[in-house]
Amino acid sequence: MGALDQYIALWQEHGALIDAKAPEALNRLRPEAASSLIERGLPSPKDEDYRHTDLDRILAPDFGVNVGRVKIDVNPSETFRCDVPMLSTSLFLIVNDAFAETAGCRRMLPEGVDVMSLAAYARSNPGFVSDHYGRLADMANPIVALNTLLCQDGIVIRVRKGVKVEPTIQIVNIFNNSAALLAARRVLIVMEEDAEAKVLVCDHTQSSDVDFCSVQVVEVYAGVRSRLDFYDLEESTRRTSRLSSLWLRQEAGSEVLLDAMTLYNGTTRNEFYTSFAGRHARLRMLGMGIEDDSRRLDTYSRIAHDVPDCNTDELFKYTVDDEAMGAFSGLIYVAEGASKTEAFQSNRNLVGSDTAKMHSKPQLEIYNDDVKCSHGTAIGQLDEKQLFYMMTRGISEAQARFMLKQAFMSDVIDGISLAPLRDRLKLMVERRFAGEKAACASCPVSCKD
Amino acid sequence: MLSVRDLHAEIDGKEILRGVNLDVNPGEVHAIMGPNGSGKSTLSMVLAGNPAYTVTAGEVSFRGKDLLSMTPDVRSHEGLFLGFQYPVEIPGVSMVNFMRAAVNAKRKYFGEPPMGASDFLKLMREKRAIVELDNKLASRSVNEGFSGGEKKRNEIFQMAVLEPSLSILDETDSGLDVDALRIVAEGVNKLRTPETSAIVITHYQRLLDYIKPDVIHVLYKGRIVYTGGPELALEIENRGYDWIKAEVDAADAIKGEA
Repeated sequence: MGALDQYIALWQEHGALIDAKAPEALNRLRPEAASSLIERGLPSPKDEDYRHTDLDRILAPDFGVNVGRVKIDVNPSETFRCDVPMLSTSLFLIVNDAFAETAGCRRMLPEGVDVMSLAAYARSNPGFVSDHYGRLADMANPIVALNTLLCQDGIVIRVRKGVKVEPTIQIVNIFNNSAALLAARRVLIVMEEDAEAKVLVCDHTQSSDVDFCSVQVVEVYAGVRSRLDFYDLEESTRRTSRLSSLWLRQEAGSEVLLDAMTLYNGTTRNEFYTSFAGRHARLRMLGMGIEDDSRRLDTYSRIAHDVPDCNTDELFKYTVDDEAMGAFSGLIYVAEGASKTEAFQSNRNLVGSDTAKMHSKPQLEIYNDDVKCSHGTAIGQLDEKQLFYMMTRGISEAQARFMLKQAFMSDVIDGISLAPLRDRLKLMVERRFAGEKAACASCPVSCKD
Repeated sequence: MLSVRDLHAEIDGKEILRGVNLDVNPGEVHAIMGPNGSGKSTLSMVLAGNPAYTVTAGEVSFRGKDLLSMTPDVRSHEGLFLGFQYPVEIPGVSMVNFMRAAVNAKRKYFGEPPMGASDFLKLMREKRAIVELDNKLASRSVNEGFSGGEKKRNEIFQMAVLEPSLSILDETDSGLDVDALRIVAEGVNKLRTPETSAIVITHYQRLLDYIKPDVIHVLYKGRIVYTGGPELALEIENRGYDWIKAEVDAADAIKGEA
């Protein structure tokens, strides 16, 4: 078995402690998670869906898990010293896997929005959490099972019926510890009927010389006619592994934007499982990966159209350089009854060196004739004609390459509806390609230059 | 200004230029004409430094410096400009950013600081006027969605901004209607000075009605086989290239026998 044993053993030996420090709504699913893991083990790279991410290797190091909920002292004001936002955000911190409230974070939130620690919310609203926690995520999935086995806290965002949240809700996940640490965070987002919100999640690692592993599950319920923009930005370190599994269900008329941006990372596996439960719902998925050095990014998405009249538009773009590896596997499934489905998927990649690798697997599975669907992938180099044209105007080769890479990502960046985030991200991507670390290791929208 | 000696170049192992000799003095306009496939565009690409072409022999001196040892961007800084027959579209790079990068790269080469925002905008405004280029194109991606005429005007606009000492205009007249041709040609003429030179590559006489050349060369089989005054263009217009081809082919045949 290998790497998995240590986590199962941890649960078997310290299950009582884990349970004592977590609410019942989370505890009750642990036995099922354990049996799933014991029964299935971890998928190997021979498994078609995990060919490019070796979970066993990622989970092998002797990570600590903070089951005793020891408070790790991180001074948020040191991390986020500029609080003059270009964009008004309500900022919440999750340090390792513990929810940490910042002063005044709720100030800007209207009535009818709950942004809380998952553990606390499960105590005050046990019924609500039980009704939603673990209901979308499939326990047969190894990331879901491992997260469920160990998860003790995370965050709940609940936007009640008809409430429109103006300020962006920003969640900053921080890794900060002196020894190797695994965090099993859980995010639960419930958008009730006609609710609207924008959520920005930023992953940061502060201790660059320590190994970290994030095993995260996000469950998103998009109610009837609700609107949600969900931006997920990773700016971690080479020594950070991230295993993330997002599960989304959209009711009739809902509109969701999922945007996964990987600016800096170590080894990342991002999974998206989405489904439509009602007609006339729309999903836009955007993704960007800037991979160089020996970084790895593996994206897996499965979008299920089971009902008629829904619309999906998916665009993922990568640049891979040096010895980096990128992988994209996307399936759009259109069931027999899902007539008038419109689903488009595109994955475009630039490979900048002989040793970089990109794997792309776009897939459509369609069981209905009355649909409009397309998929496409391209893996290539920068256009030599464009490079030459720019150089004849005096632009150096390095500068031309930089501008063309930036241009390559422009349609992903332009898909961001939040103007301040879009502008900020443009700058961050520019700096990323220019080889600079983003000016402050903090988040895109909370700081000025 | 420019001195080309016995220039040979190939692409994909195929020799296209087979010993070009050409001298251009300051203030002169040279036209290069010739049948299809004679190597006209290759000559322009080789002079601008397109890495797809390999120079196998010969020398090119440009304002006293070895042109062939320079990268394309340095050739630009040193005063060479190529107006493309097919200007390249660059989606995602706006005209403004493109020109700012070009202008500031040149300034950096000469040890000057980047141009200030208001000076830059003023420069753009001035130069756009020369070719009546619409302001709205500035915010668009380079050449993307431009009409044929707009693309060619955009080339002359870039030439105006970069102020080259030698401009090579590769079939700038192709795909232009009469009005666009007039605007482009007038733009080129406005930029003429006693110190600057131009090489105009064209198939047809009509561009030369607007841009008066001092010397006309005929390129055939990768060599300049005929050089004459402005009257040569008219003769080609009337008689075609066949008589020149016949002379050259006959001479080649004799050489072959010898």
